[in-house]
Amino acid sequence: MRGILGAAGYVPYWRLDRGTISAVFGSGGGRGSRTVASYDEDTTSMGVEAARLALRSAGGTQPDALWFSTVVPAYLDKTNATTIHAALRLDSDAPALDWGGAIRSGVGALLTALRASGSTLVVTADQRDGLPTSAEEAAGGDAAAAVLVGSDANGAVIAELVGSASATEEFIDRWRAPGERRSKVWEERFGETKYVPLGEQAWNAALKAAELSPEQITKVIVTGPHARAVRSLTNRLGVGTEALADDLSGTVGYSGAAHAALLLASVLEQAKPGDVIALISLADGADVLVFRATEALASYSPARPVVAQFDSGGELPYGKFLAWRGKVTLEPPRRPEPGRISASITGRSEDWKYGFVGSRDRSSQAMHLPPARVSRVGDAVDEMDPAPMSDVEGTIATFTVDRIAYSPSPPIVFAIVDFDGGGRFPVELTDVNADEVKMGDRVEMTFRRLFTADGIHNYFWKARPIRGS
Amino acid sequence: MGSHGIKDRVAVVGMGCTRFGEHWDKGTDDLLLWSTDEAFKAAGVTKDDIDAYWVGTAMSGNSGMVVSRPLQLHDKPVTRVENFCATGSEALRGAAYAVASGAYDIAMAVGVEKVKDSGYQGLVGASHAPADGTQRTLTAAAMFAMCAPAYGKKYGVDDDQMREVLARISWKNHQNGALNPRAQFRKEVSMETICNAPLMAGGLRVFDCSGVADGSAAAVVVRAEDAHKYTDKPLYIKALSFVAGNGSGNADPDYDYTSFPEIHAAAADAYSQAGVTDPRHEIAMAEVHDCFTPAELLIMEDLGFAERGTAWKEVLEGTFDLKGELPVNPDGGLKSFGHPVGASGLRMAFEAWLQMRGDAQPAERQITTDRNLALTHNLGGYPGEMVSFVGLFGPELG
Repeated sequence: MRGILGAAGYVPYWRLDRGTISAVFGSGGGRGSRTVASYDEDTTSMGVEAARLALRSAGGTQPDALWFSTVVPAYLDKTNATTIHAALRLDSDAPALDWGGAIRSGVGALLTALRASGSTLVVTADQRDGLPTSAEEAAGGDAAAAVLVGSDANGAVIAELVGSASATEEFIDRWRAPGERRSKVWEERFGETKYVPLGEQAWNAALKAAELSPEQITKVIVTGPHARAVRSLTNRLGVGTEALADDLSGTVGYSGAAHAALLLASVLEQAKPGDVIALISLADGADVLVFRATEALASYSPARPVVAQFDSGGELPYGKFLAWRGKVTLEPPRRPEPGRISASITGRSEDWKYGFVGSRDRSSQAMHLPPARVSRVGDAVDEMDPAPMSDVEGTIATFTVDRIAYSPSPPIVFAIVDFDGGGRFPVELTDVNADEVKMGDRVEMTFRRLFTADGIHNYFWKARPIRGS
Repeated sequence: MGSHGIKDRVAVVGMGCTRFGEHWDKGTDDLLLWSTDEAFKAAGVTKDDIDAYWVGTAMSGNSGMVVSRPLQLHDKPVTRVENFCATGSEALRGAAYAVASGAYDIAMAVGVEKVKDSGYQGLVGASHAPADGTQRTLTAAAMFAMCAPAYGKKYGVDDDQMREVLARISWKNHQNGALNPRAQFRKEVSMETICNAPLMAGGLRVFDCSGVADGSAAAVVVRAEDAHKYTDKPLYIKALSFVAGNGSGNADPDYDYTSFPEIHAAAADAYSQAGVTDPRHEIAMAEVHDCFTPAELLIMEDLGFAERGTAWKEVLEGTFDLKGELPVNPDGGLKSFGHPVGASGLRMAFEAWLQMRGDAQPAERQITTDRNLALTHNLGGYPGEMVSFVGLFGPELG
């Protein structure tokens, strides 16, 4: 049996109320809210967060391979999946590969992993942008999702792939030149005439392969960048409205390359053993994946359900959104910007920087963050064990708000965090408003992009309040 | 093994100090020429009479040539030292120990910093060493800001009281600086202005932070037995201590940000070297590292000037005022005299030199006391990870 061992979505903390867009410009926006990646997040860092949750949900299975798909890669030439690989501390013999460029690559990576062998962690992430007041800006959302794919030999399969099919055709509906943050679209009626037949073709083929009829489908997910085509196809599937999954357009927005896996993770979190779940993605063709939830789903415990994440978000003013997306430039603090990080030093500190691994002295049990060779208690030399701390929660011992230090989004909120089971580290807080932090607050670690200099992204860990888990 | 000190073996016989401030029309070389010339004249010597030089600068130049080139020294040894904001005191240690060892008859310690050429407010760019990007990027103000609520919580000082205590420290140092012709800020500042100034970091406002200034200070040191060849009123070194912390405060959950263990340890060593057993009642005056007002509060306890948890009351009672029982920062301190990093330690010694010789001008600045020990305290770094210097000086042997 081959299928899904675990899945998780990651929804950033910040929410943009679409109504605030027209309040500024007199047009644009809409109802509901969309998610916004923090100024210190990108597709790679959000991918790390989704991957951590998926692996935790899957109960500790380590993947044989890591595939990462996004439309907005943090790097070209350089692989982004290796950063996620390092943050997850995967074995060095597990390949880390990027699936680049198109929205379809997200679902394509998932489908390919399901048809391959071994266990593969498929990570998808996207940040959706458009010009101010555009439909793209309002309807888009930022998110990541990760699916651990494998067979019985790799762990408990919670949803078996029982059928799949694809349909492909070259046509111009949506496009973006490399380097642009904005997509352009053709007149939408044309795309609809292409997408709907392709969707029907793949849908029928997948049902045939699964030996199922439409009324046997418990939940169907239809997603894609062409909203009108998605609606038209949905009406032609022959399933009841009760079988249609929430597309999260009112809370998250359409999250591009991540959206298919995000919806799949969300549906799995609410499914029962025996449910049949169909995922239909319309992106430069159609891909249909049909799963049957197994008995193992009954004992499956999602680390942090998608619904819990968007229930605990914080409102972001539209002006901040524009600033974070680089659409307006705010006056920076009058302090020097940081210089680029050193590749060789970063190479020596990979476990610390990317994995948040400290060291623990064997005799005194004293924790060292960052790791040290000589113990601060008892002075033992090279008697340390690695201490992975990224999943350890902590408490704010004291904190401060720095209004003068350089930050891409001042002020810096900074806390002395005492970790459960020992260890202290002074660390920047994120996903907070400065006036809501208190001594004694509980925090967890999150992987972030601190700054970029000379085109090199400086990834490291911050702490954030534990909310709605 | 032991820290024996050099009590009464070395004397300061001449000092100089520039005015501290924004010297837009002077460079590092001009500042060095100013302070060293004053010191040479005070000791009645020339640059050629000095056998060896120590120069402290944290960020204004590298190597001994920081001094040898502008002064045009000929075939002299010059050692450049750096130890965070305690750099100036480190230069004095080097020069004094060299004389005490017998290696040289006469040495100069000079500290200098030209910080106002960066184009930024505050201190920037002490280190440009390559890094992995995981180090803190916080300002010193934010780090020291964490001490105030921690102290308040531990000793039951509420936020309003703490605000008054910190403001009182700033008020006092501005009062003192207002009298001092060499200070950066020569203006009294009201408690109300201090309490309503713009926020910088945590609860710290503009007037809780030291002045960022250019400046230089210098000292000529000789063996104690030679001191009277140069001056009728030498200032003898009673103790020089230094502790470089292991940085464990920020890794140790037991550290609570209400004291600076490095300062406590440095003080204990200095008191031991000088034979001081009751600092509160033996020390005539102290220059301490008031980079931020909470630092001065905690330092009072780490130096043993007040029992733990009581310094805040003594601050409010005026114990450390210019006319108080134990004047602290009579020259205005970093707060109003200004803080050119490499010069500050020697600026502190300069105030001890003036006060203990009875030379503080104008006369209303001169402390009156029957005690004969001056203390200088100079730190570098942050709560949890700092270096600390404590020096003791007196006008009499024994």
